[in-house]
Amino acid sequence: MVLLLDIASWALLSIGGTFVFIGGVGVLRMPNLYTRIHAASLTDTMGAILIIVGVMLQAGASLAAIKLAAILLFLLLTSPTASNALASAALLAGLRPGDTVASHEEQSG
Amino acid sequence: MIVLFGVFLLTLMVITALAIVHTRHLFVAVILTGIFSLLMAANFFLLDAADVALTEAAIGAGISTVLFLGALALTGEYERASTSNRLLAMCVVAVVTLIVIYATFDKPRFGDPLAPVHQHVSPWYLERTPEVIDIPNVVTAVLASFRGYDTLGEVFVVFTAGIGILFLFGARPRRRSGSPGIKMAEPDQGLRHYLIPRVVGRLLIPFILLFGLYVQFHGDYGPGGGFQAGAIVAAAFILYALLEGEAQALRVMPQRLLTGLIAGGALLYGAVGVAGMLLGGNFLDYSVLAADPITGQHIGILLIEAGVGIAVTGVLLSVFHAFAARGRH
Repeated sequence: MVLLLDIASWALLSIGGTFVFIGGVGVLRMPNLYTRIHAASLTDTMGAILIIVGVMLQAGASLAAIKLAAILLFLLLTSPTASNALASAALLAGLRPGDTVASHEEQSG
Repeated sequence: MIVLFGVFLLTLMVITALAIVHTRHLFVAVILTGIFSLLMAANFFLLDAADVALTEAAIGAGISTVLFLGALALTGEYERASTSNRLLAMCVVAVVTLIVIYATFDKPRFGDPLAPVHQHVSPWYLERTPEVIDIPNVVTAVLASFRGYDTLGEVFVVFTAGIGILFLFGARPRRRSGSPGIKMAEPDQGLRHYLIPRVVGRLLIPFILLFGLYVQFHGDYGPGGGFQAGAIVAAAFILYALLEGEAQALRVMPQRLLTGLIAGGALLYGAVGVAGMLLGGNFLDYSVLAADPITGQHIGILLIEAGVGIAVTGVLLSVFHAFAARGRH
């Protein structure tokens, strides 16, 4: 049973780490702000869920697991909100979804 | 493994610091400063300094970033190109760096039990806390009771900083007092037109306040205490101000009340010390506050931590409102 939990938690942590990595690559490689937000939100949601559930499996049925669940709930509420606020702020500031970062930097710089 | 994490975090911090120096875009620099503080907090946590880590995360990464952004709203977005002599500055930095590196050779090794810091009063604090004060968190015992004078000094530093900023920023133009009704409608309405952040923010504010109270009153048992709790409670009100507009936040918590909090928190701390003197003990000696010395210590620590929390909340919110009010004119 312990072995099974360890394997499950290991798998969750690895997949979560992969999502975070993909999110990081996406933030660097995507062409403009909106697609970058999309990549970053992958880190916030899938990465956070998988990693925290993986750690919860390690914590077992304890107070730590409840605290982790609270953190997860907090992240699931705040991260998408932050992404939404960021995107709508960029839209209000006049950044059009079609622009690439390079052309935008030329405009402002 | 811990050492590996520590080196990793410190390397990231060096990179972040270089990026802060390099960038000319002040907004980027502010965000990088927040990242720097968060890395620092993680580093403190690795070193088992959970109380300091909590303070760094709440104040360094949280409130300071907001205050920097508030300051940034008053100034330009780009740093002016420096005209001073760079060569001289680089020489000074290089010399200081070499001296600091040279000084580290004399430092005791990481975790060395024979290091001077572990030989002086620390063993005494660790030994005596269970019998004299009887709370699990030795950091709070040291901070609030053994070294209560130092913490009193810190609270007065915060108090003085708050007064200074209120003097610098608080001078409002006369015309504001004339027609408050018109002025109230004018200030920016916060995020009123952003539906989703508003709903989620309003949902979270009570829980942030609850967490602040937990950190405040759980300080005897785990990481936490007045400084951290004050920052968290202030963050909840700042979030409210961002969502609902600053005028509404000032209506909920007027500046007069904030000034009262600043003075009241510092006063509460001092009053606990004077109460100890009146009951026949020394200044800030909590043992005489109750019939049982240990209960007296508990009451004293609870009261002075409350004083710290109140003062910190008042100062941070006053500073925020001072910046925000400045931006309006």
